[in-house]
Amino acid sequence: MSDSHAPNHNYHLVDPSIWPIFCSFSAFLLFFGGVLYMHYDNVWLVSIGTLMTIFGAYSWWGDVIREAEYEGHHKPIVQLGLRYGMFLFIISEVMFFVAWFWAFFNASIFPTEAINFVWPPEGVEVLDPWHLPLVNTLILLLSGCTVTWAHHSLVEGDRAMFKQMLLFTILLGACFTAIQAYEYSHATFGFADGIYSSTFYMATGFHGFHVLIGTIFLTVNLLRAYAGHFKKDHHFGFEAAAWYWHFVDVVWLVLFFCIYIGITG
Amino acid sequence: MSYGEHAEGHDEHHPTGWRRWMLSTNHKDIGTLYLIFAIVAGVIGGIFSGLMRAELMYPGMDFLPLLKGGDVQAAYHFFNVLITAHGLIMVFFMVMPALIGGFGNWFVPIMIGAPDMAFPRMNNISFWLLPVALTLLVLSTMFEGPPGQMGVGGGWTVYAPLSTSGQPGPAMDLAIFSLHVAGASSILGAINFICTIFNMRAPGMTLHKMPLFVWSVLVTVFLLLLALPVLAGAITMLLTDRNFGTAFFDASGGGDPVLYQHLFWFFGHPEVYILILPGFGVISHIVSTFSGKPIFGYLGMAYAMVAIGVVGFIVWAHHMFTVGMDVDTKAYFTAATMVIAVPTGIKIFSWLGTMWGGSIRFETPMLFAIGMIFLFTIGGVTGVVLANAGVDQSMHDTYYVVAHFHYTMSMGALFSIYAAWYYWIGKMSGKPYPQLISKLHFWFTFIGVNLIFFPQHFLGLAGMPRRIPDYPNAYAEWNFWSSIGYGVMAIGLVFFFIGLVMTLRSKKRVGENQWGEAATTLEWTLSSPPPFHQFNELPRIK
Repeated sequence: MSDSHAPNHNYHLVDPSIWPIFCSFSAFLLFFGGVLYMHYDNVWLVSIGTLMTIFGAYSWWGDVIREAEYEGHHKPIVQLGLRYGMFLFIISEVMFFVAWFWAFFNASIFPTEAINFVWPPEGVEVLDPWHLPLVNTLILLLSGCTVTWAHHSLVEGDRAMFKQMLLFTILLGACFTAIQAYEYSHATFGFADGIYSSTFYMATGFHGFHVLIGTIFLTVNLLRAYAGHFKKDHHFGFEAAAWYWHFVDVVWLVLFFCIYIGITG
Repeated sequence: MSYGEHAEGHDEHHPTGWRRWMLSTNHKDIGTLYLIFAIVAGVIGGIFSGLMRAELMYPGMDFLPLLKGGDVQAAYHFFNVLITAHGLIMVFFMVMPALIGGFGNWFVPIMIGAPDMAFPRMNNISFWLLPVALTLLVLSTMFEGPPGQMGVGGGWTVYAPLSTSGQPGPAMDLAIFSLHVAGASSILGAINFICTIFNMRAPGMTLHKMPLFVWSVLVTVFLLLLALPVLAGAITMLLTDRNFGTAFFDASGGGDPVLYQHLFWFFGHPEVYILILPGFGVISHIVSTFSGKPIFGYLGMAYAMVAIGVVGFIVWAHHMFTVGMDVDTKAYFTAATMVIAVPTGIKIFSWLGTMWGGSIRFETPMLFAIGMIFLFTIGGVTGVVLANAGVDQSMHDTYYVVAHFHYTMSMGALFSIYAAWYYWIGKMSGKPYPQLISKLHFWFTFIGVNLIFFPQHFLGLAGMPRRIPDYPNAYAEWNFWSSIGYGVMAIGLVFFFIGLVMTLRSKKRVGENQWGEAATTLEWTLSSPPPFHQFNELPRIK
């Protein structure tokens, strides 16, 4: 066989790496620590596990950025594979949200005897969709525009505008998170107040968590932009963040129409 | 040219010692790790089923109380723990790591003419998350589950409210996190396989020329990608119901315990196809190789698997016929379930068509393959019986169901694993397996599993409920024989390990193609074992 000479293909054969096994071990500490936290109020192990997981992810993706940006391992066919991969990851995230929506529709379309067959349950003061939720909808839609603007600027070589629009997107994401936190803290129902609050907080909370991840993802890209990364025709790290951001945006629209508006008619 | 000859040359790509295994980014090494892990987990899961069969050998609580200091209540719970752990281990830590992680990792890249997986580092975390998940599950046996008892006794389905208010201790949370981690591992693996198969096929390797094992893994990983996140959501809701006061599955708060069953089985039914589809792929190669003919109806075989995968997503509620669903829903899920018999039948008959008129060689892989076809068909036929909502009303949660799914799993999936093992061990190790020992392994296993599970049909028809450690004397006879069957199968397993050791210690070597010209896939063009990185020069497929 042809083992005796250098590879004559463009695939990226990755060098051995400590980070997968490091992250796995961190995940063990994280989850075992999570159980200790939930049952014995011990926060140490879960904290260490979280920090180690973040460090592992930082180092791993740092390696990926180095290989892509400076070592030229990401030939077009490798980039195509990354595109497939990010797309499939988003598909799996969509299926994750299917579970929350399933729980919501199960509860709201078929309200049970315990809540007198009424949705929203009597006594729940639901949030008015046409106040802050509408503002948040507009914020996210606008952020979808700015991230696309940033992309176009990058493709056309206008790096100043690229950075500026990326910064706007991140600020809009932060605004969304802040407004959502404000609304949570002023809601009249808590997480443990029956099926309405369960489905509401779980669906919107996991969405908020994804907004946070998306904001961090975009922030990393902004830092990379300031470090001079990305070329006109090779910037999949940014595109992946933009895809993710649009995914978060679409999930919000479905949340807004089904959970916020749907119940008030 | 084996890896050994070139170990010195390229440091970066040819690590040695612990770095080679712990930090691996090589699909064959990671596949080997998966296979070792599956063997270890399979032994643990097998010992658990042995404990269950020992208790069930005679009526009365005789055996398990011995392990629990005479405490019968503790023994009852321990039986539940065994049931739960056996199911979870065999599904998540034996069959999936063996077929997808092990043989999939080893042979999918080779069969499509690729040098490795698309994301080799991610491949490694997919593996290393599994020991983490298994450790969490094992740890759960050392924590309180229901008040005063150790370990999780909720069954592998962990239905609410038994898994919420029924077992408030930390053990259930450990088991839930174990499933989260195993699920994350599988989702990452699924993404990796899809990217590999879509992006890294050699020039000329169109989808319609792809070997059937690759097709089977492709369908399987799509099922994983779409089904597992829903399970992750369901068990996250369990977690918040248990620890943070939500009411998803709590009827008094307006929640719905049946919602959990819907979410679980929306994952769970695709999951059972995840377990068997890679086996289908393996069997196709083996039947073709040892019949000396190309597979009969290649495209039909590929699209039958696609059809099984698609229809597998819309039949889930046939696991829930007794929850009180209305008759129209039952009619739909009955009909949809029976539809799956059509593509499955296409596969069975195409295997028979492949054998028809061929010059069949009864090598060990072929014995296991024919055994699989025979026994999986029995499991499939009882599946059609159980698909009837009316019949299932009386069969639900009886030993008939246990017999049915063990015919598909511990004979369909496990026989596929054994068949694949003997088919490829020469390729993987470069050494031949022992003839007599491997055939003894087959016959003891074949007779053993049939003796275990065939009588369980009778027990189920007579009304014996599953997951109960004790039973009236009327069920004694067939339970006794079922437990004897376990012993026969266990002897078969001893032959497996003897064969494994003899293979690895063998001084003989096998060539590039052990099986002759009917073995046409690309792994038979490589040395045995293949070079550390194959296909530096990509093969051209005509």
